[in-house]
Amino acid sequence: MEKHVVVIYPHPDDESFGAAGTIAKFREQGVPVTYLCGTLGEMGRNMGNPTFANRETLPAIRKKELMAACRTLDMELRLLGYRDKTLEYENRNEVAQHLKGILEEINPSLVITHYPEHAVHPDHNALGAATVEAVRLMDPESRPVVWAQAITNTYIEDLGKPDIINDVRENFDTKMEAILCHKSQANGVIRSWNQSEGISDDLKEQAKKRLGVEQFYIWKYE
Amino acid sequence: MKPIELEKVQEKLEGFINKDVYVHLETTNGAYASHVNEKAYNVGVYIRNAKVRFNQAKIVGDGKSYRAGLKMDIGWIYAEGLTDWEIFEGEKLLMAGHDREGRLMVALQISETPFSY
Repeated sequence: MEKHVVVIYPHPDDESFGAAGTIAKFREQGVPVTYLCGTLGEMGRNMGNPTFANRETLPAIRKKELMAACRTLDMELRLLGYRDKTLEYENRNEVAQHLKGILEEINPSLVITHYPEHAVHPDHNALGAATVEAVRLMDPESRPVVWAQAITNTYIEDLGKPDIINDVRENFDTKMEAILCHKSQANGVIRSWNQSEGISDDLKEQAKKRLGVEQFYIWKYE
Repeated sequence: MKPIELEKVQEKLEGFINKDVYVHLETTNGAYASHVNEKAYNVGVYIRNAKVRFNQAKIVGDGKSYRAGLKMDIGWIYAEGLTDWEIFEGEKLLMAGHDREGRLMVALQISETPFSY
């Protein structure tokens, strides 16, 4: 059993769309989970539908949504304080040192993050790379295992079969509940997936089809 | 935000003329545009807290979608596709254009004090 799991993604909602089922399984086993959220998604374009946020109110709204999702998933939340869309411009080593300090304090057995260069959004790629680097800089004796999540449309062709395949469809309610905590985002994100085939009103079915399996690669350090 | 009311927004714009103001100007089609549609391109730009001074300001449109142009001594600031507006914190003029799903496509915001950063 894991001792403590740390999830490191850049945006409020990455944890729910990407790993809520996996997080819920760890919590069922009694494993503590901490989410290090990189930014507040300040530059998101989804403003709710109908619109209820604006560029200036969005960060505080997304912070509240994130706190609700973390309550739903029963995990601890820490905010890293970076700004949306800017992570790739920060000094990689400084971000890695920042993360390393937190990881040494929490001392997790497992870290979940995005797979660098295979995670679509520049913030995902940059924070994933900084996380991989942070763990590399740790004492090899106390390094946690790193699960890296790829989300491009071609990642299986590019990287092969994932090492960890978590089918979370059986227990999708908790994941959907966490996704829907992100009220300003959930509707717009789910509807954006299916632009050509007509949009089903059943958001849960759409989400289950696309997000029912959470897959990760175990990062290999030399 | 609420649908743009031409006269009210024009009046607010004119209130910023010949003052040092901070501008947030942005357009985006989302970080996932080409991920969810391989024929699409990811395009986006934003500039936040540019300190500028303009001597003319005008908003023009057809009742649904509006364009705003701010004339500076040595250039222009321009935004097209604005649909909604709001006065934020009593003094900041927010204008934005949203698509039918409520997603922000363009924003032009003007304030005498900096936007949070």
